[in-house]
Amino acid sequence: MLLSAEDRNMFDGGRGDGVAFAMGLVVKLAEVSGASTLVDISGAHIDGCLYHGESGIDYVEHLVNGGARVAVPTTLNVSSLDLLHPDLYRGTNETAAAAKQLMDLHVALGCEPTWTCAPYQLPVRPGRGEQVAWGESNAIVFANSVLGARTNRYGDFADLACAITGRAPFSGLHTDAGRAATVVVALDIDTKWLDHELIFPLLGHWIGLKCGNGIPVIVGLDERVGEDNLKALGAAAASSGATAMFHAVGVTPEAATLDDATRGREVPVLRVTGSDLIAIRESLGFARARLGAVSVGTPHMSIAEMTRLAEMVLGTETAVPFYVNTSRSVYGDVSPEVRRALDGFGVTVVTDTCTYITPILGEVDGAVMTNSAKWAYYAPGNLGVEVAFGSLAECVGSAAAGRVELDDHFLS
Amino acid sequence: MTKVLVDGTASGPLMVLSEPLSFWGGVDPATGTIIDRSHPAVGVSVAGMVLYMPYGRGSSSSASVIAETIRNGAGPLGFILGEPDEIVVTGVFVANALYGTRVPVMVTDLPDDTDKPVFLDASGARSVAAE
Repeated sequence: MLLSAEDRNMFDGGRGDGVAFAMGLVVKLAEVSGASTLVDISGAHIDGCLYHGESGIDYVEHLVNGGARVAVPTTLNVSSLDLLHPDLYRGTNETAAAAKQLMDLHVALGCEPTWTCAPYQLPVRPGRGEQVAWGESNAIVFANSVLGARTNRYGDFADLACAITGRAPFSGLHTDAGRAATVVVALDIDTKWLDHELIFPLLGHWIGLKCGNGIPVIVGLDERVGEDNLKALGAAAASSGATAMFHAVGVTPEAATLDDATRGREVPVLRVTGSDLIAIRESLGFARARLGAVSVGTPHMSIAEMTRLAEMVLGTETAVPFYVNTSRSVYGDVSPEVRRALDGFGVTVVTDTCTYITPILGEVDGAVMTNSAKWAYYAPGNLGVEVAFGSLAECVGSAAAGRVELDDHFLS
Repeated sequence: MTKVLVDGTASGPLMVLSEPLSFWGGVDPATGTIIDRSHPAVGVSVAGMVLYMPYGRGSSSSASVIAETIRNGAGPLGFILGEPDEIVVTGVFVANALYGTRVPVMVTDLPDDTDKPVFLDASGARSVAAE
């Protein structure tokens, strides 16, 4: 492998033990991925600040004690705690203290305390062609697909090692060739349904199941799909599968044409129909059971979504606990009118973390409804809850009615 | 042909998973028990095993959970993979560095008899007599 003189210096300890440890991991990953060289990155997003146990603390402490600092602007993913609303946490004091220590250690390395899984909703975000090292599966797929930035799927530890060295293995999605679509997904539904937000998480979930770690190019979307829908699509695909990038012809930046996305290669074609999407909807949770709570905003809600929610809830009140997950950045930027509308409806705003990864919900009497395919995928295992999956409007309607109410005419 | 992803040696019972396993959400790091209810091997523990997976799967948080499982002494003694996996390598590499373990990760063929314990090193996985 071709290391630069500075790479070699970092590897050999010329910039301290912490940097040497980080570079050791970067070089190891380059070997595994078959990269012949490393590439400069301009930013990083770190997923390792969510507490999974003592080893996370040991790792970051090792870096801090070794004198390391991040070399590039670095944002932080959700943690286990909502620092703005600490009373929401229902776990043990011991775990909370460890989680807080892990957060503080990341800040000590020079990371920005953004605490969001949607760093692409922060004021500064990478542009097309920019090389970055991002963790958090939904952020990775958004960066590659929607922003046209370039990142591989960096797991815990690896994202931080790249941030500290400012380097990443030059392979896969960092390279031109590694971004070519490997499979065509032909969406075969009446185009009137493209106005319906529920299409996108369902399509994403289907893609994750069918395309694994391939790079799909979707044919059949149009300019009506906005960033929030692409966010929902990518998050779903990265949960049910290992999708790190998708293209959508006429929509995403590297897919002006189908040929652009495939780089002119012949690739297999998969067709997806309305009945496929209805089957996904049912598999994600079609419980018509008693409604216990609602949780929306996985990934974190954008300002546009908060505003839309505020318009939907005007004049009504929720009959069950209604959680909205968002970032402290977005929540700080929403208007007073939006806040008043959400307060009036009875929303509990959760920042810095998310309801599916940390104990916030507590005992729930009935199913939990969500508009997130990612939440619906992980929550049954993480929290042991039954899920009802629906659009944001169905979530609001159900919350006001106090029971799960789904639109039977969807896709029919 | 053996490809060494993380160097080391392991000797122990072989556990062959037909389906890939996400450690995050799939393994209890305190005990090594598989808790993913959709996995065919749910309820079985990976602790003290030489673990075979065809390929890695799932969340990027799995590297943390692999390291945590090894820290707790509840992890596999070694990994045999059907193809290279960066998440597994990351978790094992960090755990070995922090905790002085020598858990190997190899891409290599399984021995013919998968019921016998194996010895795993840079030359591959060989069956050994049960103790």
